[in-house]
This record gives sequence, structure tokens and C-alpha cells, in this order.
Amino acid sequence: MIRGVIIMNDQGKPRLIRFYEFQPVEKQQELVRSIYKILCSRAENVSNFVKVDSLFGPDVRLVYKTFATLYFVFIFDNSENELAMLDLMQVFVETLDKCFSNVCELDIVFNFNKVHTILDEIILGGQVLETSSSDVVMAVEDISKLEKNSNSIIPSIPGWQGR
Amino acid sequence: MNPFSSGTRLRDMIRAIRACKTAAEERAVIRKECAAIRAAISENDQEYRHRNLAKLMFIHMLGYPTHFGQMECLKLIASPGFPEKRIGYLGLMLLLDERQEVLMLVTNSIKQDLNHTNQYIVGLALCALGNICSAEMARDLAPEVERLLQFRDPNVRKKAALCTIRIIKKVPDLAENFITPAVALLKEKHHGVLLTGVQLCTDLSKVSTEALEYFKKKSIDGLVKVLRDLANSPYSPEYDISGITDPFLHIRLLKFLRVLGQGDVDASDTMNDILAQVATKTEANKNAGNAILYECVATIMSIEDNGGLRVLAVNILGRFLSSRDNNIRYVALNMLMKAITLDSQAVQRHRVTILECVKDSDASIRKRALELVYLLVNENNVKSLTKELIDYLEVSDPEFKGDLTAKICSIVEKFSPEKIWYIDQMLKVLSEAGNYVKDDVWHALIVVITNAPNLHGYTVRSLYKALQTAGEQETLIRVAVWCTGEYGDLLISNAGLLDVEDPITVTEADAVDVVETALRRYSSDLTTRAMCLIALLKLSSRFPSCSKRINDIVRYHKGSFVLELQQRAIEFNSIIEKHQKIRSALVERMPVLDEATFSGRRAGSVPAVASTSQGDPPKIPNGVVKPASAPLVDLLDLSSDDIQAPASSGGDFLQDLLGVDVSPATSQGTNQTQKSGTDVLLDLLSIGTPPAQSSTSMLDILSSSQDNKSSVDALGKLAPSPLAQASSPVESSPAMDLLGGFGTSQSVSVTNGPTFPAIVAFESSSLKVTFNFSKEPDSPQTTLIEAQFINKSPNVYSNFLFQAAVPKFLQLHLDPASSNTLPASGNGSVSQKLRVSNSQHGKKSLVMRVRINYKVNDKDVLEEGQISNFPRDL
Repeated sequence: MIRGVIIMNDQGKPRLIRFYEFQPVEKQQELVRSIYKILCSRAENVSNFVKVDSLFGPDVRLVYKTFATLYFVFIFDNSENELAMLDLMQVFVETLDKCFSNVCELDIVFNFNKVHTILDEIILGGQVLETSSSDVVMAVEDISKLEKNSNSIIPSIPGWQGR
Repeated sequence: MNPFSSGTRLRDMIRAIRACKTAAEERAVIRKECAAIRAAISENDQEYRHRNLAKLMFIHMLGYPTHFGQMECLKLIASPGFPEKRIGYLGLMLLLDERQEVLMLVTNSIKQDLNHTNQYIVGLALCALGNICSAEMARDLAPEVERLLQFRDPNVRKKAALCTIRIIKKVPDLAENFITPAVALLKEKHHGVLLTGVQLCTDLSKVSTEALEYFKKKSIDGLVKVLRDLANSPYSPEYDISGITDPFLHIRLLKFLRVLGQGDVDASDTMNDILAQVATKTEANKNAGNAILYECVATIMSIEDNGGLRVLAVNILGRFLSSRDNNIRYVALNMLMKAITLDSQAVQRHRVTILECVKDSDASIRKRALELVYLLVNENNVKSLTKELIDYLEVSDPEFKGDLTAKICSIVEKFSPEKIWYIDQMLKVLSEAGNYVKDDVWHALIVVITNAPNLHGYTVRSLYKALQTAGEQETLIRVAVWCTGEYGDLLISNAGLLDVEDPITVTEADAVDVVETALRRYSSDLTTRAMCLIALLKLSSRFPSCSKRINDIVRYHKGSFVLELQQRAIEFNSIIEKHQKIRSALVERMPVLDEATFSGRRAGSVPAVASTSQGDPPKIPNGVVKPASAPLVDLLDLSSDDIQAPASSGGDFLQDLLGVDVSPATSQGTNQTQKSGTDVLLDLLSIGTPPAQSSTSMLDILSSSQDNKSSVDALGKLAPSPLAQASSPVESSPAMDLLGGFGTSQSVSVTNGPTFPAIVAFESSSLKVTFNFSKEPDSPQTTLIEAQFINKSPNVYSNFLFQAAVPKFLQLHLDPASSNTLPASGNGSVSQKLRVSNSQHGKKSLVMRVRINYKVNDKDVLEEGQISNFPRDL
């Protein structure tokens, strides 16, 4: 099972935090800080996997990758294939790239709830839901349309401006 | 408009937060924003509700409390519009906890949305349910989810499948309802649905044996076919990842087959072919292909044995090890670690590649490879592997040396075929990375050395040579200094020369040089220096010609600012100058150290010594009776720490034996001896004075160091050493009387099972508690206490309950009381037995907190107190 997905920037500022097992808000911050500390101290040219039993319990690992100024982190237990997690992260990033056309940190900051929606189309309850990024993009576009067309009270929907 | 009113757009709030230069500024912005949101909530503002919640989610991500927004989620979920619902459900997943009662309120809204005509709204509800569903919700909503597994839109079906996983994890009883719809999903053509369907079936098999049996019977052939079609399918760009068709589906299928094949020979047989095909046909030049291979290997390892496949699997892992991708090497090592228990022969074949990984540039890979090598070592390959590792030690990263030396030492200790090889390897490690060697390792080395009398000469000469080239390794210096002190004469005389070594010419002065250099070395620590002083004292007796020079060195240290060194120097100087007669006896060779006791100590258990303080004194190997009391053991140059805490685990036996305790922990122990041991020692001295030959000198030493508190103890360590020798039955001298008398008096008092006076443990105006003590003869640590309760008031106490609590070093067992009614006015009493075990027996006294509850005239009374007047030595 995937335990959580975190995006943070290279300063350790969280940009997206999603845990699939409830964590109180203070604990979330603590985990983000500890993970940031781990990632900062990783040399280049080393594997992308880190054992994090001390933070999450036995056999829990995380995989991370840096994209421009951002760290993407997936936390998962031993029922997941490490190499597949790496591919899944690739799918997630590709999808973001398609949805925001050349995603950058600011897109994620200002549209964090759209990013959550995208993530929800890829991972549900800690399980992989969909791995085809074109399917995900389609689903997200449908939701976008629905957002725009719905006769909501206010026309501008928070965090859905997109590009 | 005020930018911080609740009218701020989300975007503007994020900008304002980003513009903050300090944490305080950020807090201020968020405080204002939260206040505005709270105000909007209390006004029940509908217009901006979902915008406010979106803001709260951002604020939550930054780590600020947002509980006040929880009800807003529910309101948004209940509202009709899609954007409101979307934000509402997102808030539900991010801000709420499944344990919160608020969730109960949302069940009904989710139920309605699961039945909504708009499939996207159904999707939102499924997603939220799959993420936060509680057991109650699972029971309430399972029928809806079950129905949605057959929904026309695949996007809903796949969400429903994953949602079901959460439901059956929360309530495993529900699993059987889902078996049939789950099986239907396995026939799906849509990849996403098939993926989630396989995952659902895997999880069903884990929670329900019924489901597992069903899938084993009905589904394996179908799954094998799906996997075969997938593996052979032509290029399908949609699910393609770097040229491999849907690796995720591959992996899920392989994983499910693993669950089905485990422990089932027939099932395993059915899948053998396809596994072999996947293992051989999958392209391994991309991460996605390797992910499939990796999963395939895991499945082959877990299903019932098929020798050929396993070799194939281990070979794939072997290939992974030579991959240039760190991640692949990393997972391969992890998997090999599991494989080694199944087929260590197959893994052994890749030993060379694994050994290469120990030298990897990636620390996490190095670490794993080292662990794996450690598992691979056996009697046959230990010599070659150790050689490789020691060679690598020379060039390895400094931060890796600690791990590496620890593992090498462990391997050498565990598999050493003969002592000389062990000593050789250890000396190599010490010369190469002596600064990284843990204390227990070089302690163990010394124990082994003392136990190999035919190698004493060889060892001390090898150490001497090693020191010439690797003089900066602290532990090497320590071992060398210790051995030079003990076996310095063999160094000079080339005694016990082995065939393999060449004689060397070392003069007595050279040997003293070694120790002196170590003593003067800038970076030597206190332990090393203290060891040097002892070695010098020993050499002063072994090399009479150097006695003068040694005395000069020792005298120089009388001015040391370090108390420990100063004290040693003063005492040793006095021995060298004034006590020639006893010196040679005093500095005789150390008795052979008992390997069994040491390894027991090291493992943290102290089987024999635990009972030292009572009963028969255990023998130590050289035949000297190891006496039961602290001062006497001190005579043997054992530190008091050893005796003070005989039962404390992890006590450092050898360190004690060497008399080199200078660590703060031990000096504490020494101080404690002070309390309990001083009078005994003084006793000993005063009793001993008239008959002892060397009485005057002993008093001399005493007077010369009287001001120094702990020196009395040190005196115990040093001066009466000959007396310890005397205690061996062969010799007889006045001193023996002295010692014997002392020794027996001590042990008699203990073995006879001392009696302890009863105490009044607790007394108040209404109640009196007395304790009677007794001991079982063979377990001194355990005290049996009989508590007697007497009611001093004129009223009967009912529901009488006595409770007690003890600190961690004690263990308490309470038997039931003889009655729970306490008669009035002392007309009879209630008794209760307690059993207390003191793990720090002889060191700490008992202490106990008590609480007594009873009912008098229908009123509850509680009395509490602490008992600290237990007799000592319980």
C-alpha cells in the first residue's frame, strides 16, 4: 500500500501532502521535516530508495525524485514494487505536465487542489487506480468542464484557473 | 478592499503568504485569514464557503490547526453543486480523521452521492470513501459499493474496486459478498479496471480464506491467460511505459499469482511456464522491464519449489547486480537477502558480484551488500571473504569503516578456524581501522590472546611490528600496550617462536619506548594512558634494568592534571620505590580470562556471576578463589563496578578485569563502593595490621593517599594484590589468615541467610501495616514479604484492597489477601504475601509506593504512602 505522497520544494516547503493513513497535522509537519532532512543529506548518484522504518514503522520505504525545484516523494510499504513506484511517479509527473502544460512549482502552489484531484485519479486509498496518464488527463478534463459549466454561486472556482 | 477580509481570493491569500519574509509574518497573515474564515462560518456564509475551505486546506498543509472548518466540509458535501462537492470531499479527506464522530454525519450524504445520476459525483463519493471509510461506514455503504462494481462507466468500476479494498480491510466479514463481483472484474478488457480488479482479488485472498480457495480453484487458468496475452500483446501505446506494455498490470498479476501459488503445488505448477516466459522474455534495459522481472523473481521465490525457476530467478538478480542503475542494484540486494534463506547455493554463485557491491559508491547499496556478504560467509569461504573485506577496508570511505570493521570482526569471531588466524585478522583490522573498532571487540581479542598461551610471544611480537607501521590506531595501541605489559619478556627473548615468523631483535628499552610513546602520544585518551601506566608498572618488574627509567616516567605523571592518572602514578611510584618485595607478585601475569564468562557478559546475560554475592564463590580459571565480597575482588585488580552491579547486564567484564575503568559510569560505581566498601576495607586493614608482614607499607600507602577519597578503593585494587595470591590454598602466610578470615566472615553472613527485622511499613490514625521479611536460601534477590494489616478504628473496613508499585529495578508479585474485610479495633488482621525481586540486589534498597482502598460506613477511603524504611540488603 502507498502510505503517502508528498511534494516539497528544495527549501523543504511542503507543496502537497497526502497521507493515506490519517496523520495529525503536527505529525504531518514533523514527517515532512524529517523526510526533507533525509533527502537533503542524500548524495547524488545514489539509489532513489530510502528505508524510513524509523518514521513509519517496519518495512516502509520511500522513493523520491527531483524535478526542477521540487522533490516528489512516495512512501509505501513492502506490498509495493519499488521499481514500479518509480514508474508511477513518472506517470504522475507526466500527467501534471500535461494538465498544466510544462508544470512548474508555482502551478502546484496555486492549484494545489487541482493537483489533489489529479492525484485522486491515480491513487485511491493507497492503491494504484490508473496508470495511463492520458486516461487521467481525460478524467481531469471532464471534471474541469463540469466545474466550469456548473451554475455555481460564484463563477471563479478556487484553484481551478489552470492554464 | 482589505486584502485580508474573507473576500480574498484563494490565489491572493497564497500570494500574501508567499510574500511573508518571516515565520512571524506568515503566522500573522494566517491568523487574520483564519479569523475571517471563522467569522464567515459563524455567519453561515454560503457564497464563499468552498473558497474558504480551499483556503483552509492550504493553511492545513502549512501545519496550522483547521479543525473549526470540519463542519464546513459536511455542508459542502450536502450542497447540490459539483464544485462545492468536490472541495467538500477533498476537505473531508485532508482535514478529517476516520475516528472523528463528525464522519457519522457524512454517511448519509455519501450514500446519496453514491446513488447520484452524475457519474463524476459518484466518483467523488467513492474516492472519499476509499480514503477515509470507517468500519461503521463500511457496513452501511457496502451494498452501494457492491452495486457500483457493475456500473456502466469503467472509471466508476475501478474506483469502486479500490473502495472495496478499504471496506474489506475495515470489516473482513464483508469479504464474501464481494467475491462474485470481484471475479467478474478479472474478465475486464479495460486495463484500469482489470488492474484494480486484480488488486481487489489479491486483498480478498488475504482477508478471506474462502476467497483464496475460490480463486485457486477457478481463477488461476484465467489469470495465466491474461498474463500470457499481456506479455505477448503487441504495442499498445496507451498503457505503455518506455516500450513495455502496462508494467503495472504485469506486476499486479504476478503478485496475485504469488498469493495463489504460495503453499500450493498444483497452483504453482500451473504458473511455472508463464513465469519462465516472463522471466526470460521481458526486456531488461528499462526500469519498467526490470520492475516486472523483479516482481517475477519475487513470485518465483515465494511459490512452491521449482529448482530450475529459482536458479533462473537468482541469475536475474545476479544480472541486476551488475546493472549501472543504483535502484536496480538496491532492489536486487534486498531480494537476494530473502533468496539466501531459500537457496543459498544459488546466491553463493554471485558472491563475487555481491562483494563488488560492497565497494559501491552508494552508501545504502554498500550497507546492504555488506549485510548480504555477512550472511554468505561460512567455514569454507571465510578466509577468502575476510581477505577481500580487509583489503577493501584500506580504501573504503571513512564513514563506512565503522560498519565494515564491525562486520569483519563479527565474521572473524564467528567463523575463525583457529586462534592464530583470528589473531592475525584482528591485528590487520586494528592496524587498518583501529579507531573504528568497538570496545567489546578488542576486549574479546585480549580474552582470546590470554587463552592462547602458545601464541603469547607471537602475538606480542606481531603487535610490536604492527605498531611500527600503524601507530595512530587507538585500539591497536591499547592491545599492544596491554600485551607488552603482560608479555614484554617474550618480546625480548623471542620465546615460543613459531615456524611462520622471523625472530626480531627488540631490546628492553625498545619495549618501554613503545609504551612511553603511547603514553605521550597527543591523541591518546585517558583509557589508553591509564593502561600505559599499568603496563609500565608491569615492565618495571619484568625489566629490572629499565626500572629507573620507568620510575621517572611514572613520577612525571604524578603531576598529571587528570586525577585518575595522577592517582595511578602516585600509587605506582610508591610501589616501585618502596615496595620492591611485593612488586613482583603484584604484577604477575594476569590470570587467563574466562571466555565463557566474557561472551556471556557480552551477550548481556550474566549467568554465573549473578549469584556471586552469595553462595559458593565461583572459581576463576587460574584457581584463585574468586571471593564473594567487593574489596576482595578489587584485590584481583577487578574494578568495583563488577561487583557492585553483578546482575547489571552489559557490564564490561574485560574492562573491569583490566582495571582500566576510567569511564564516568564506573567511577560512579567506585564512589558507591566508597559507601558500602570503605568500612570493610578499613576493617580489613585494621584486622590485618598486627600479623601482616607488610603492614607498615600498607599503612604508608594508605597515609600517602588518604585525602583522596577514592584512593581507599584504589588501594584495595593495588596494595593487597599479593594477598589475593595468598588466598590460593597453596600458599600460607599471615596475610592469608587476614584474608581468609575476612572472606569467610563475609560469605558466612550471607549464606546463613540473614534475618531481617519486621518493620512498620505504614501507619495512619486508622490503619497499621507491618511487613515481615524472609528470603529463599537460593535466590538472594528475592524477598518474601508478609504484610499484616490492622484496623485501628472502631469500624469494620470492607472492600479492603492493598496495591503497591515499585520502581523498574524491582519486580513485584502480589498474592491475594487473606480477606477483603478488616475487622474493627485490631480484632484480627488481614495478611497478604508479596514477592519482590531486586535486580540491583546489594546496590539499591527496596522502595515501594502503596495505596490502600477500603470502605468504611459506606464511604470510600483511600490512603497512600511510600515505604522507604526497608532494611538494607534486601
